[in-house]
Amino acid sequence: MFTDVAGEERQMITIRFDGRELSVPAGISVAAALLGCDITTMRTTPQSGAARAAYCMMGICFDCLMVIDGEANQQACMVEVRDGMTVAPQQGAPEIMVTEVPS
Amino acid sequence: MKRRYDVVVIGAGPAGMAAATTLADAGADGLSVLVLDEQAMPGGQIYRSIERPGTGPDVLGDEYADGFDLVRALRAAAVDYVPGAAVWQLSGGNEDAHVPRCEVGVSVDGCAHLIGADAVIIATGAQERPFPIPGWTLPGVMTAGAAQIMLKSSCLAADGAIFAGTGPLLYLVVAQYVKAGVRVRALLDTTPRAQYRGAAWLLPQAWRAGDHLKRGLAYLKQIKAAGVQHVKNVTDLRIDATSDDMKTVTYRTTKTGGTMEAAQVFLHQGVAPNVNLSRAAGLEHAWDAWQHCWMVVTDAWGASSVDGIHVAGDGGRVAGAVAAIAKGRLAALDVLDRLDRIDHATHDRLAAAPQRDIKTELMVRPFLDILFAPPAAFRVPQDDDTVVCRCEEITAGQIRAAVADGCVGPNQLKAFCRAGMGPCQGRQCALTVTEIIATETDRDPHDVGDYRRRPPIKPLRLSELAELHAETGYSEDNH
Amino acid sequence: MRAEVAIIGGGMFGAALAYGLRRDGRDVVLVDQGDVAHRAARGNFGLVWVQSKGVNSPAYAAWTRRSADLWADFAAELTDLTGIDPHHHRPGGLEPCLTEHEFETRKTMLETLRGHSNGAFEFEMLDARAARDLIPGFGQEVIGASYSPQDGHAGPLNLLRALHAGYRKLGGQAITDAQVDSITPTADGFMLSSRGHDPVNAERIIIAAGLGNKKLAAMVGIDAPIEPLKGQIMVTEKVSPFLTYPLSGVRQTAEGGVLLGGSHEDVGFQDDSSAPVMAAIADRARRVFPFLANARIVRSWAAIRPMAPDGLPIYDQSATLPGAFVVSGHSGVTLAAVHATVMAPAIAAGHLPPDVAPLNAGRFHE
Repeated sequence: MFTDVAGEERQMITIRFDGRELSVPAGISVAAALLGCDITTMRTTPQSGAARAAYCMMGICFDCLMVIDGEANQQACMVEVRDGMTVAPQQGAPEIMVTEVPS
Repeated sequence: MKRRYDVVVIGAGPAGMAAATTLADAGADGLSVLVLDEQAMPGGQIYRSIERPGTGPDVLGDEYADGFDLVRALRAAAVDYVPGAAVWQLSGGNEDAHVPRCEVGVSVDGCAHLIGADAVIIATGAQERPFPIPGWTLPGVMTAGAAQIMLKSSCLAADGAIFAGTGPLLYLVVAQYVKAGVRVRALLDTTPRAQYRGAAWLLPQAWRAGDHLKRGLAYLKQIKAAGVQHVKNVTDLRIDATSDDMKTVTYRTTKTGGTMEAAQVFLHQGVAPNVNLSRAAGLEHAWDAWQHCWMVVTDAWGASSVDGIHVAGDGGRVAGAVAAIAKGRLAALDVLDRLDRIDHATHDRLAAAPQRDIKTELMVRPFLDILFAPPAAFRVPQDDDTVVCRCEEITAGQIRAAVADGCVGPNQLKAFCRAGMGPCQGRQCALTVTEIIATETDRDPHDVGDYRRRPPIKPLRLSELAELHAETGYSEDNH
Repeated sequence: MRAEVAIIGGGMFGAALAYGLRRDGRDVVLVDQGDVAHRAARGNFGLVWVQSKGVNSPAYAAWTRRSADLWADFAAELTDLTGIDPHHHRPGGLEPCLTEHEFETRKTMLETLRGHSNGAFEFEMLDARAARDLIPGFGQEVIGASYSPQDGHAGPLNLLRALHAGYRKLGGQAITDAQVDSITPTADGFMLSSRGHDPVNAERIIIAAGLGNKKLAAMVGIDAPIEPLKGQIMVTEKVSPFLTYPLSGVRQTAEGGVLLGGSHEDVGFQDDSSAPVMAAIADRARRVFPFLANARIVRSWAAIRPMAPDGLPIYDQSATLPGAFVVSGHSGVTLAAVHATVMAPAIAAGHLPPDVAPLNAGRFHE
């Protein structure tokens, strides 16, 4: 359980995770936001389907790869939360055909 | 952001900020400096989120407060500071008069650029060493540095966590937790008793050098005063998942053993230079037998084996923040000298204080290196089932089998079992792989070598590279 | 150390021949360099490719086809013996065309190839719609493609590993970390010297050292004009399987990463990746597969092909020292099957297979 130790009141925003709405502090990373909501699995590995979550929180372990706003393989610890953002766990090797082709 | 600068500084931690401000302040007018920072705001890891602290220096400690001056100086300096910039390529030593000596490939806001420079200072800092024990890949197991990042950047702390390992950063984070009033389940300390004895003769000189040891002792006192269970001489560790989120940590010490439960486990056994960029740029490295990791070979000013590229701070060799600041200043002064943008008198005058600082810092480093050397059993996993390459899920046993099959080095190992081929590109497994192969073949790690690193050293979208094609216009027909 | 046959070089060519010779019951020693040798074998894309090979050389085209036809059984044999699967698939292969000019040039070239193969080479030119029926992900810029049912692909690293493992399993000897600096004829064959190692004596030798061949071949009286030609490849992070057909410049591996390649640079022995070339590869890949725009490249690498002036392999037997053979080329994966199962037994019997007679080094001196 991660608890909030900020001295002061924090501005909260809403993100969607796996169909649920989560209220999280603005200005933090997606990984931190999910850990703060006790979400423990961020992805499953392509090889064995093992559950993984953030390990280093600084962009060098690539264990926090998630699908953010429809785009796969994003490091959740390097992306800041935004109001209305959708986040989904990345299961195995992500689908590439369903991604919207940018115009 | 322009496409051409006199100097590019990569990294905005202590070394990068010191280098950039020295370049701007001491360099002749008109010197163009670009600072590329992967983070959203300056500070690197040690001063992370310092411009927006939710937890003040009273929790995070004086060292954190030291960063304020540097960040303010950077913001005031005549440099182009670009946050959110991921450097994916670096080359130097270009001799062709028509191209800049150095080229930096960087991605900002999803757009890739190639930037030319006469000089580049790599100040990308260190990363935590891998800590390959059974269960280290489980959700809920993170590094102590991650715990600190959560605290600094998100003001979140894990209640009832278990900390394990060795090294100053570990004690610092536990002390910060204690000061923030967060319950710590236990500190499982892998520092071997013999290393206290081994380091003792260096204690007098280390004690005289700055505040490190006094601060360190103060952390340990705070930890003790808070009643945190401090288990010493841990020789064996494993983590197993039990129920949904809980983990059981099983440990053995020289005298006893036991188990304990927690939702979060934080591991740490020292830091090592993050060599992916320096390797990809072709810089010469050497195996540091004191710190059991690779370091960049440089002269006293940070000049590397590649013309035009300097390295400053923990990205070259781990020596702490104060040394990093000093090395950043010296690298900047040397760059200015080579570019003929500073007079000798000023150069020598400004070099004096950083040179003194480095001397002082280096008086404490050997003590710390010996005392907190990560034990061999935790660098080279004995249990064959321990995952070594996290990305590709390759175990120690598979690596040893490859060596038995004739594999002689890390690059061959990739062909044998894909170790090192995942997205982290060896950051979490290279040191372990080199030492496993060294142990199995009875060779020195320096001879065994390291993974070859290649650009992009951070992943790059295909579209970004494709857009770059319009700029570079390369065609096989005109080459 | 003594053996019947000594092979210099444990890359794709050398390993396949070593395996093939052991399979043929010969006493072999394989002499190989260390971890950081130039290793064209580690740069290989993985195509088992027939279309576009040998348009100017019917012999090479036929030799290539023969290998492609033998590959499936060869892969099964290696898998059974070593447990390492080379991941060979032969769904056919495509080459997308982005302009009418590309399409017409390709069509002409492939018709020539079919012509001199007496119909043995099969292909079809697909229009935009037919190409998209096979590969729905093709972008609008793809106006057509060539397709050959005879093309396929395999995992080059798995293949190399399987060849070495199979060789060892069959009792082959190997000396690793040795660079041969001289070849001396002896009364009953040859002596190979490498610094730091005992000399190796063999009745016959095969020089399969890739870029090292030019120098070594000269020692047995063969002038093999091999020059380095760099190729760059990039790979994306793993994505779920979407591409069953290999293209000559895009291939999805068994593990999920997408390989992008197809460059040729004449820059000597420098094997760094370079941004302009990577960008050019990326640009074409995005035109061919627009939906890959957001796929992330995690690594690039370059390898140096040992290239003869006409792009064809060199297979030669020394006229003055008939026990010495030189083999060199850059399609080591495609040719692995025929090297192991046809060339190796022929060399064991003291000659090269008649298929490759026109591919000798003498052709450059005519």
